[in-house]
Amino acid sequence: MITSLPKLLGATVVTLKLLSLSLFFGLFIGLLFAILRLNKNKIINKFAYGYSYIFRGTPLLVQIFIIYFGLGQIEYFRSTFLWVVFKEPYWCAIIAFSLNTGAYTSEILRSAFQTIKPGFIEAGKSLGISNKIIFYKIQIPIAIRQSLPAYGNEIILMMKGTSLASTVTLMDLTGVAKYIISTTFKPIEVFIVAGSIYLFMTFVIHNLIKFLEKKYGY
Amino acid sequence: MGLLAFGDTGWGDELFYATLMTIAVSITAMFIGFLFALIFTPLKLSKNKFFNLIGNSYTTVIRGVPELLVIYLFFFGGSGAVMYVASIFGYNEYIEINAFITGSFAIGIISGAYSTEVFRGAIQSIDKGQFEASQVLGLKRFVYFFKVIMPQMLRLAIPNLSNVWQITLKDTSLISVTGLVEIMRQSYIAAGSTRDPLFFYSFAAVLYLLLTFLSMKLINRLEIKYSRGF
Repeated sequence: MITSLPKLLGATVVTLKLLSLSLFFGLFIGLLFAILRLNKNKIINKFAYGYSYIFRGTPLLVQIFIIYFGLGQIEYFRSTFLWVVFKEPYWCAIIAFSLNTGAYTSEILRSAFQTIKPGFIEAGKSLGISNKIIFYKIQIPIAIRQSLPAYGNEIILMMKGTSLASTVTLMDLTGVAKYIISTTFKPIEVFIVAGSIYLFMTFVIHNLIKFLEKKYGY
Repeated sequence: MGLLAFGDTGWGDELFYATLMTIAVSITAMFIGFLFALIFTPLKLSKNKFFNLIGNSYTTVIRGVPELLVIYLFFFGGSGAVMYVASIFGYNEYIEINAFITGSFAIGIISGAYSTEVFRGAIQSIDKGQFEASQVLGLKRFVYFFKVIMPQMLRLAIPNLSNVWQITLKDTSLISVTGLVEIMRQSYIAAGSTRDPLFFYSFAAVLYLLLTFLSMKLINRLEIKYSRGF
């Protein structure tokens, strides 16, 4: 139980890297698609809705497998410069996670934008503030504050999602835990250690979000 | 489309049975989850601190740990645990548990944690007056729970339970790591033998979309049925 701890802690770094990079890219994708969802053009709107529907309606495992095993099959694709990125399981996992969390984030941000009281925007307009500044200085800060609790849940879900990286040969926390279980055959001990590390991360994220909510609360 | 033909030449019938397996595992897991929720919701709502702690640990641990890790625990530890219990009763032969049971149980425990939270929320949002009124009327605890609280709770819980169902349905894809032949596993086998992973995994994605879409339609009808009169 103690001997497995250093190995598992080392793997935790991989998990955290996967998580932070995916969240970083996912936030941009989410913001982009949330803005597209609010667009009045029907085609753009339907496209953004379709994106979030497909990524939220299928398991993350399918998405990783399509990106990692599926895309490599296209001959043309292998000859482009993108192949440098897509042949690495590490980047495939990050792309799949980013697209997945992007879909959920776009829904969270969309509902946050929609719940902003029209009065705020009208007030801005009547003060003669330009639309661009209204968007960046009024809508975005309010939307971020509104979506903090839901986004906190999404971070925790994504943290659990990174465990799927172990299915595409990456040695993240779950991958290493599985390896130790299958070599030592001590499932319960390893589960307790790896589970505690995950729980600790959940605890930290949960409290961080709570702190931010308080700080930016009104 | 020859790849999807039914019979020996294609993978159509295999994928069809795999889809039925996914549905079967999801429903079994959801049902096991309800049983867990039935035990842990009262514990979570209990005023006794010890019971409270048990209920809270269950939902916190299961919701904070990746599903895959829980599945590995059951996959590698399940038969060991059953054999240990059996050895107490004097049975020392090797016992292998079927992948369907291990899988449904693992997913069921996860689904149960989410259901527990949903039921707790639903019960807490029932008006306090309802509890007081049934006490004043002298209703027996049994009648009061099943005739007063339960119908109101279900109405509040159904929209959130539909989320739990979606999560459970998608989580079943993870049992493919234990070798149970459901959609994901079958696609993996088909992709391996035809060397066409893009097609089969995309088809698996379509199957999952279809399942989530159809179940949403069904749940919406239930929701309308249960919210009659409000």
